[in-house]
Amino acid sequence: MSDEVLIKVDNVSKKFCRTLKRSLWYGIQDVTSEILCRQGGQDELRPGEFWATNDVSFELRRGECLGLIGRNGAGKTTLLRMLNGLIKPDKGQIEMCGRVGSLIALGAGFNPVLTGRENIYVNGSVLGLRKREIDSKLEEIIDFAEIEEFVDSPVQTYSSGMQVRLGFAVATALEPDVLLLDEVLAVGDAAFRNKCYNRIGERRKKTGVILVSHNMDQVGQFCNRVVVLSRGKSIFDGDSVGGIGAYGNLSTCDDDSDVQVFENIKFPIFNVKIKLAESRVMYGEEVKFRIDIYSEQVVSKTTLKIVFYDQQHHPCMEWNSAKVGCETSLKKGKNTFQIDLGPMIVKTGKYRLSVVLNDEFDIAMLVWSYKKHEIFIDGITNSGPTMVLNSNLKRCTDKNT
Amino acid sequence: MGQPTLKKTFYSPESQLRQPSILIREMLSDLFASRGLAWRLFVRNISAQYRQSILGYLWAFLPPLFSMAIWVLLNSQKIINIDDPGMPYPLFVLTGTVLWQTFVDAINSPLKLVTESKEMLAKINFPREALILAGLLEVIFNFFIRILLLVAIFVWYRTPVTGTAGLAFLGVLVLIVLGLMIGILLTPLGVLYNDVGRTIAIFTQFWFFLTPVIYPMPKEGIVALIVQYNPVTPVLVSVREWLILGSSSQLMGFCVVSFVSVGFLLLGWVLYRIAMPHLIARISA
Repeated sequence: MSDEVLIKVDNVSKKFCRTLKRSLWYGIQDVTSEILCRQGGQDELRPGEFWATNDVSFELRRGECLGLIGRNGAGKTTLLRMLNGLIKPDKGQIEMCGRVGSLIALGAGFNPVLTGRENIYVNGSVLGLRKREIDSKLEEIIDFAEIEEFVDSPVQTYSSGMQVRLGFAVATALEPDVLLLDEVLAVGDAAFRNKCYNRIGERRKKTGVILVSHNMDQVGQFCNRVVVLSRGKSIFDGDSVGGIGAYGNLSTCDDDSDVQVFENIKFPIFNVKIKLAESRVMYGEEVKFRIDIYSEQVVSKTTLKIVFYDQQHHPCMEWNSAKVGCETSLKKGKNTFQIDLGPMIVKTGKYRLSVVLNDEFDIAMLVWSYKKHEIFIDGITNSGPTMVLNSNLKRCTDKNT
Repeated sequence: MGQPTLKKTFYSPESQLRQPSILIREMLSDLFASRGLAWRLFVRNISAQYRQSILGYLWAFLPPLFSMAIWVLLNSQKIINIDDPGMPYPLFVLTGTVLWQTFVDAINSPLKLVTESKEMLAKINFPREALILAGLLEVIFNFFIRILLLVAIFVWYRTPVTGTAGLAFLGVLVLIVLGLMIGILLTPLGVLYNDVGRTIAIFTQFWFFLTPVIYPMPKEGIVALIVQYNPVTPVLVSVREWLILGSSSQLMGFCVVSFVSVGFLLLGWVLYRIAMPHLIARISA
């Protein structure tokens, strides 16, 4: 790994304006003051402005892959666009070395009327490739994008996945020193996404990569360093494990309003109380759970389910009373159940819980509390798999040889 | 190891005008670097423009042709009263409208290309000069198509080609530079506010009537005064006279407008470069 610094970001800030009309007017002001070489005033916010990127500094060396993570609107894309020279910083300085390839936009410059082949040439030259270079890479690009049969049809007949594939193939054919990737791989099918990651992996040895992603598994897998942005500020710069942890903490502090949460109950249930013994447990500690169900009549048989959702909203663990043979009939009045879910040897982070109580036919949901409760598993952050198996390893001695 | 030293790029809030030598060097190298891209964009625009159309390249002919037809009709019916221009009137009007159309194309070209390429500008760093160059190529291309129209009418009226036809081409170039200069100066404002585009559309219509396109130079009155100070007048009149009569009556004006246009075009280029990152920050925010 070379120690060559490819990107140097020094105390960089950029301000943006919330209202369009004002923003346009400030744009004119900025152009005028640059023409008149008027210095100063850039440090202060004008009415309606805020710092989209605030005093961020870091360095990137060849062979490094830096994950840039943060919530929506944290300033990740703004930072990438400054690195790419699309917009000017309002404070600070950026130094970039070598050829910069960016996947801030896949397929920008595609003209829908032109064929795939024609668009490869247009796109390639937009990204700085010469005609001869494109000629020599044409086969590779078409191969990688898997569009052999369609290369001579207009791009408007392509599916969106095909357009993305073509865009990625053209952009990575550039073989840049610095590669800026902005969430571009959120689209496309899984097989192609893997192919893209393999290609980035190949390029990584020779380049410095900055990857913006909301998928922490990808970040953990690909990045050896992470910068966490929150409201324009860099709040963490270090190894990926710590960074993902910092990002996880960020998510719990803030209220994620995009999560749909509700609690429904149905006759004969008239009240339900769910209580977690602890809302924050250490990795490996036990999670205890209490539920009070108030019923107006006897229900002979019910099934109680508890589902854990991870931060990507995937149901990743389930406890089901029927499957473990627990008896959960309800009597009239208050029924209290205590469930001991055992030690949590799972990935640290936040989980949301959904609790379902089904009737005797396991069809109607008498209680449906969806993602209302959350639990935070604390401890050494691991960015990898959901569960850790604490199994033993034994050396086998082969006596036959 | 002998690895070539990598090109370093710096981005800072400091005005690019503070280091004019770097600015000029970058402008020239970007202009040079944008050739290939400009050509590609030009080919793309032209082929895309004419691909989804039945009449295709005819669209370059039709506006000046219809415009000529209307003025010839109005003039022949004595609905309007135009002085004798000293040459067949259809010939006079057609050269005039072809030149005027080319001038208007040149005005509209920078703003049109930048607006069309907003998405690309906001997401990819490429030499911004490529857009202007691609627009220029398109204007020249359309002019060359329209030349066929002029050839046809010259043959029809058996007008011999004058020895100053070469000068006429130079004149067309100046006409394009004049239009491009106006267009590029208005582009930064026009990207932010679409009032600019609308104003250009209305204003060029007015301008058409205040330029000796369909009538010869008026002798007296307010219009005569306006026409005289109209920068398009000397260029358009010169080109037409070089083409048909063999000498220009407006040589002095032509030279002045040429120098001023080239000078302001360079200024416009600097403005365009400086404004671009600020514009991109605003249009995609």
